[in-house]
Amino acid sequence: MSFSSAGYQLQPVLPELVLAVGSMVLLMIGAYRGQGTTRLVTTLATLLLILTGVLILMLPSGKLVTFGGSFIVDDFARFLKILALIGSAATLILSTEFLSDPSRRIFEYSILVLLSTLGMMVLISAGDLIALYLGLELMSLALYVVAASHRDNAKSTEAGLKYFVLGALSSGMLLYGASLIYGFTGTVNFAGIAAAATTATPGIIFGLVFLLAGLCFKVSAVPFHMWTPDVYEGAPTPVTAFFASAPKVAAMAVFTRATLTAFPGIVPQWQQILVFVSIASMALGSFAAIGQKNIKRLMAYSSIGHMGFALVGLAAGTVEGAQGVLMYVAIYVAMTLGSFAIILAMKRDGQALEQISDFAGLSRTNPLLAFFFAMLLFSLAGIPPLAGFFAKWYVFVAAIKANLFTLAVIGVLTSVVGAYYYLAIIKTMYFDEPVGKLDPVRIELRGVLAVAGLFNIFFFAYPGPLVSVATAAAKSLF
Amino acid sequence: MILPALFFYLFAAVCVASAVMVVVSRNPVHSVLYLILAFVNASGLFVLMGAEFLAMILIVVYVGAVAVLFLFVIMMLDVDFSELREGFLEYLPVGLVIGGIFMFELLLIVGAWVINPAVTKTITAAIPTNVSNTEALGLVLYTKYIFYFQIAGLVLLVAMIGAIVLTLRHKANVKRQDITVQNARTPDMAMALRKVTSGQGLQEADAAEWVK
Repeated sequence: MSFSSAGYQLQPVLPELVLAVGSMVLLMIGAYRGQGTTRLVTTLATLLLILTGVLILMLPSGKLVTFGGSFIVDDFARFLKILALIGSAATLILSTEFLSDPSRRIFEYSILVLLSTLGMMVLISAGDLIALYLGLELMSLALYVVAASHRDNAKSTEAGLKYFVLGALSSGMLLYGASLIYGFTGTVNFAGIAAAATTATPGIIFGLVFLLAGLCFKVSAVPFHMWTPDVYEGAPTPVTAFFASAPKVAAMAVFTRATLTAFPGIVPQWQQILVFVSIASMALGSFAAIGQKNIKRLMAYSSIGHMGFALVGLAAGTVEGAQGVLMYVAIYVAMTLGSFAIILAMKRDGQALEQISDFAGLSRTNPLLAFFFAMLLFSLAGIPPLAGFFAKWYVFVAAIKANLFTLAVIGVLTSVVGAYYYLAIIKTMYFDEPVGKLDPVRIELRGVLAVAGLFNIFFFAYPGPLVSVATAAAKSLF
Repeated sequence: MILPALFFYLFAAVCVASAVMVVVSRNPVHSVLYLILAFVNASGLFVLMGAEFLAMILIVVYVGAVAVLFLFVIMMLDVDFSELREGFLEYLPVGLVIGGIFMFELLLIVGAWVINPAVTKTITAAIPTNVSNTEALGLVLYTKYIFYFQIAGLVLLVAMIGAIVLTLRHKANVKRQDITVQNARTPDMAMALRKVTSGQGLQEADAAEWVK
């Protein structure tokens, strides 16, 4: 398989090509056969994501670079692409019920998820600023549309519009930063920027700040988090699950790659920005979530906090730090998908329940669901021996090794504060009086929950594979 | 030498005049039409400068799409423009300030050019003279930058799908034009010849066919 175009090897982009062509074929199937094909298109889209993942695993090992350095496939990219594909595929599985409602039978939903995933893959592999921007726009533009996909619902359209306007603003900032960096280094290529930016000149720092601001928006880190609670609450719940998983992986990936490979010469400059952003995110994620009544808003603040924790690893700027980020993101995706499977399962008489008070007495009405949710919440709070504890362990150890003691201590303290609101939900489930019986849980939700929940509980027994893969992936960046 | 200068003054004069008319004309539809005229003349100026690609893009994108879109918006929205115009004098000071800043910047540019003509050479990359700029763009766009080009295409695809998903509503009982049915229509399908007996008119059985 050594076909090329204009001197560029196309083999590294083979998974992306398959995904792009496949989603266009599915678009044609949907366009010509009508909305009745929604279920078929969704199933095929899930299979297409799995096929793309298999193709990524089949690529030759080592670092593959093509399109003049715009597209890089290394262990880092492979790891995060597989993770993003898992997130997207799980989202499509979780969306089955949402799409089965006759008023919302839109086959374009799956196509948009596919194209957004393609954007994520371009983003994860981006080797220069133009590819970064294009990948980011491809990912985000599809996200804006799926946020508003429940278009007869005022909250959903508001979420889409809000996300779009603020997203456009952040894209503007990112582009401004990128243009400054290009202006001061004379190249858009990450390796070229690293070679040119050996000393911290004001122009490069200025550009870096704007670039990081744009990226912080995408991972919803403080102070660019404002959109998150409203969008998470307003968007349909499966879409919220999507927002909280795959796009976060891609944004975190490009955040890591851009800072570590394009600016290794000026680590202290971006380190202080990241220390501030991660402290602010952890604190806001912990304190602002306490007063929340709506579980989706709570998950939004929780995701802000978790992105803060992941950025602790990146702030370290070392191989351990990058490995910590990768571990954190992988475990975070599993915890989030599991939690959203439970939130989607919370239905009474066909009505979705989104208030925390609706969880009252879940341990008696549905003990298994309550047990899994309790485990996931303990894990999100970072209580051993669950997976979430190890995620936090790796990033904090990396921070301490990089002499960022204040950051690590603040991180531990905020995770204690954060534990309060997770434990409050467990208390509601186990000690409050039940309100009524829930509808039976759909089979696909059970499947996602079982995989995510068991991974979460039994991760400590066999952490080896994930750790070794994450270490290899982190090393490929340095 | 005289002919390009003549064309330059023609395009420039029409461009400035139509730009003024965009602002002062009472009817917003006229404003948009003047805007189109300004665009066309600006593209003429681009052609004179040898930037034929920009000229064509200006016509295709701005005149062909953006201005026509403006026209649609103005015709569809029920905005009372006479009300908007009442504040014209109020905004005049702000407008003058902005105009003054533009003037100052222009003077700076012209000043730099007059003081040291070599400075203009340093702010642009070397311009190749052996290829037209459409050709130069074409040479790299589909080869060197194929990756960016394709991803940009996918971004546009997403924009298109998004616009359709969010705005298209399938309404029942909408009568649509079906050209194949129209073309396949024969005189037999449209007409029925009947011998009408005088004094009796059409029979009930015939009337049923007419309705069809």
